[in-house]
Amino acid sequence: MTMVVMAAEGYQPPGVEEFWQPLIGEGAWAITRPAIVLALSVGLISWWLLASTRHRAIVPSRGQMVTEGAYGLVRNGIARDIIGSRDFLRFVPLLFSMFVLILVNNLFGVIPPIQYPTMSRIGFPIMLALIVWIVFHVVGMQKHGFFGYWKSLVPSGLPKFMVPPIFVLELITDLFTRPVTLSLRLFGNMFAGHILLILFIAGGWELLTAGGILSVAGGVTWVMALVMTLFEILVEFLQAYVFTLLSALYIAGAVADEH
Amino acid sequence: MTGNIAILGYGLSAIGPGIGVGLIFAAYINGVARQPEARGMLQPIAFLGMAITEALAIFGIALAFVFRG
Repeated sequence: MTMVVMAAEGYQPPGVEEFWQPLIGEGAWAITRPAIVLALSVGLISWWLLASTRHRAIVPSRGQMVTEGAYGLVRNGIARDIIGSRDFLRFVPLLFSMFVLILVNNLFGVIPPIQYPTMSRIGFPIMLALIVWIVFHVVGMQKHGFFGYWKSLVPSGLPKFMVPPIFVLELITDLFTRPVTLSLRLFGNMFAGHILLILFIAGGWELLTAGGILSVAGGVTWVMALVMTLFEILVEFLQAYVFTLLSALYIAGAVADEH
Repeated sequence: MTGNIAILGYGLSAIGPGIGVGLIFAAYINGVARQPEARGMLQPIAFLGMAITEALAIFGIALAFVFRG
């Protein structure tokens, strides 16, 4: 990426163009860098989960402990606390897959040879949000019936004249706002974070090579780049957690009993 | 001076969520300081509130790039 910036005439601030990196082919069907990173992450996660649970023991090995920690966080910390102990178990596989997939793909944004957060291309978070969107509607309709589900959007006990406007608002939230915010949040955080890192690192290089007092500023910029990388790791964990938490919350809202 | 007014708009749109996220975590820290055992219960609520508030800033950055044009 630094090469792209340097090759241009003068200093070009990073933009959307940095994220379009086709490797094989071109146009809409090109195999891009994020697609390769996603495939790599799926392979890596499968291998890790199989390897760390093959020789299960009561006294866990270090690898098993990491896997159990992540699973325990999703199962107890997110699914059971939010969906409730009655029907949380059937959603744990979905939530755990979401959490691990997003976490690993986010962390790839700062792991040196890869350094590309998959979720900074909007297509990937849209698909994940779409899966969650379909799941919470389907389980809601299984629970309440087709018409009962739409009826359950409106809280009971409202005065008659308030029911239509509240229903419209809830419908917009349910069908539109939830999936859009779910995907845009993940996308926006990864996109903005990655662009910030490019800005600090490439801009720092530009300052360092400018000579004189600007080189000192370039050094300071690279220190900031390090700090921002650490901050980015925190954000990557947080976004994986928040995505899973919100998915669980939407599912919980769909399977909850009417009050 | 050259540039795009959309970037300025993003700056403005980040003010509200910034204040909002600050208020949420202030309340969360207050709650945990008063009753440390409530941390497990407050944490998802705090992060949920943060996620919802932050969504506005995220929309801002997406739209800033959309209208950069």
